[in-house]
Amino acid sequence: MTELKTRGEKAFYIFAQIVIILLVLISIAPFLLIFISSFTKESDLVANGYSFFPKELSLDAYYYMASQYKTIIRAYGVSIFVTIVGTFSSVLITSMLAYPLSRKDFKYRTIISFLVLFTMLFSGGIAPAYIMWTRIFHIKNTILALIMPNYLMNAFNVFLMANYYRNNIPVSLIESAQIDGAGELRIFFKIILPLSIPSVATIGIFTGLAYWNDWINGLYYITEPKLFGIQNLLVRIMENIQFLKSGSAASAIGTVAVQLPSTSIRMALAVMGIVPVVIIFPFIQKYFIKGVVVGAVKG
Amino acid sequence: MFSANKNPKRKKLKSSLPLFALTIPGLLYLLVNNYIPMAGVIIAFQSQNFAKGIFGGKWVGLDNFAFLFKTKDAWIMTRNTILYNFGFIIFGTACAVIVAILMTEISKKAAAKFYQNALILPSVISMVIVSYVVFAFLNSDSGLINKSILQAFGIPEISWYSQSKYWPFILMIVYLWKNVGYLSIIYMASIAGIDKGIYEAAKIDGAGEIRQIFHITLPMIKPTVIIMVLMAVGKIMNSDFGLFYQVPMNSGALYNTTQTIDTFVYRAMMQLNDMGMAAASGLYQSVVGFVLILLANWVVRKIDSDNALF
Repeated sequence: MTELKTRGEKAFYIFAQIVIILLVLISIAPFLLIFISSFTKESDLVANGYSFFPKELSLDAYYYMASQYKTIIRAYGVSIFVTIVGTFSSVLITSMLAYPLSRKDFKYRTIISFLVLFTMLFSGGIAPAYIMWTRIFHIKNTILALIMPNYLMNAFNVFLMANYYRNNIPVSLIESAQIDGAGELRIFFKIILPLSIPSVATIGIFTGLAYWNDWINGLYYITEPKLFGIQNLLVRIMENIQFLKSGSAASAIGTVAVQLPSTSIRMALAVMGIVPVVIIFPFIQKYFIKGVVVGAVKG
Repeated sequence: MFSANKNPKRKKLKSSLPLFALTIPGLLYLLVNNYIPMAGVIIAFQSQNFAKGIFGGKWVGLDNFAFLFKTKDAWIMTRNTILYNFGFIIFGTACAVIVAILMTEISKKAAAKFYQNALILPSVISMVIVSYVVFAFLNSDSGLINKSILQAFGIPEISWYSQSKYWPFILMIVYLWKNVGYLSIIYMASIAGIDKGIYEAAKIDGAGEIRQIFHITLPMIKPTVIIMVLMAVGKIMNSDFGLFYQVPMNSGALYNTTQTIDTFVYRAMMQLNDMGMAAASGLYQSVVGFVLILLANWVVRKIDSDNALF
């Protein structure tokens, strides 16, 4: 590499570095605030608010959460179950639909492609969908409500996969398998699907993130606390602590003063929501970036 | 080629059925998740009576729409949805392009990957977490802005969650914080595709960094920018429900600047229990969106048919 930089180039390089570092700080700072606040003593938070520089640290919020471990573990369990089952089913039915669409000799290719495409252009809206899911399929307050609506398959991923098959699976491979007497289903499951792992990983990551981060299906379809995933638990606790607080402020009757470190608990709960993503992200970021690029170019 | 000795027609028929079988689960899902709700838009023309079941609605023609467009909400939610989207498109694109150019400049640094991960991180967390983040900054009892920043300058505390005038700025900042890193990936890829020889030639001709950006980088990524913008314009009737519902904590005092079509549909359904009106607003959103997306796609196809949706 020839490093013959002019003064202007050097100046711009330094400028770019400073701006990016500032932006990185802006990106990360809110996470740090949440993290630090979750370890701040409740009395400090009440007096001084959330701060990057707490005067007194404390583990009270985490002790309190440990006492509620059943709720929290259950919520993690629901989220993990929904994410794994949803993502696995999603990549399977997406690939199964995409592969025939990539085959030029598939008779119904045009009509099915159109049926898939049209769902990207027009939607009936959430009101009819809500009525259908609750009154025909009765998914309200079942685990299916967190898996079925919206996320199980989307047209965009179908086309992404079909494109991948078209560009990466040589026709000669399929033909030679056919000559060897393999049926279409066998070819798909034994040859095509294993070959498409990179693409499956990419759409799997986006689907997995969508399931893990989803709280809207829970908002519409789940009222039973047992079925709250981590996101819906967060939604509910945000409301609930407010309720607790306003309740105790309103009643001057000296009932049992439960010392609930509510200000720090909120942040400790947010940490519980963030940590799994932060841990997993470095492992998936390669596929994530690839997916964004492929999706943008072909979409 | 290998099957030249077989009857090609027979082979095609034979091979279509197993392939069709593969599509069945996906097609069933589309039927349930997409097509039945599409047929369900008829409830926008009915008054729902749940006692009589799903099909027990009474036909009321365009009454739901007439009622909807008489309310102030129709204007507010349409205005908000479109204006926010325009703001997001303009500032989001500008910031993403700038970040992409700067990231490309320092991409050889060892820390570049860490920087990029840090910039993307806000886009992979849920809106619920974002609402907690915003809460840590804005809530009136313990928010960082009231307690630390405003106090330091001697400014009285502001009740953020009850004053709608601040929210266009707040939501813009939240949107940019969450999405710019993600959007910049697309433009970085576009910049990476530019032939390095062009920059070498420009350097020899004495063009400085700034001139290279304006005369090479920006013109070269213009097609990507235009396509991204057009696709966003096609979705201008849609909004991120979480950003407009959960981040402002569903605060009624803020509806004037936080109500979008999506939040209105939710409130009409779950809070007012007015399915007819919710369906009417949803259909209004879908129909206008449908026209816009067709238009956007038509324009994209004129510019660059490879990137058209269809």
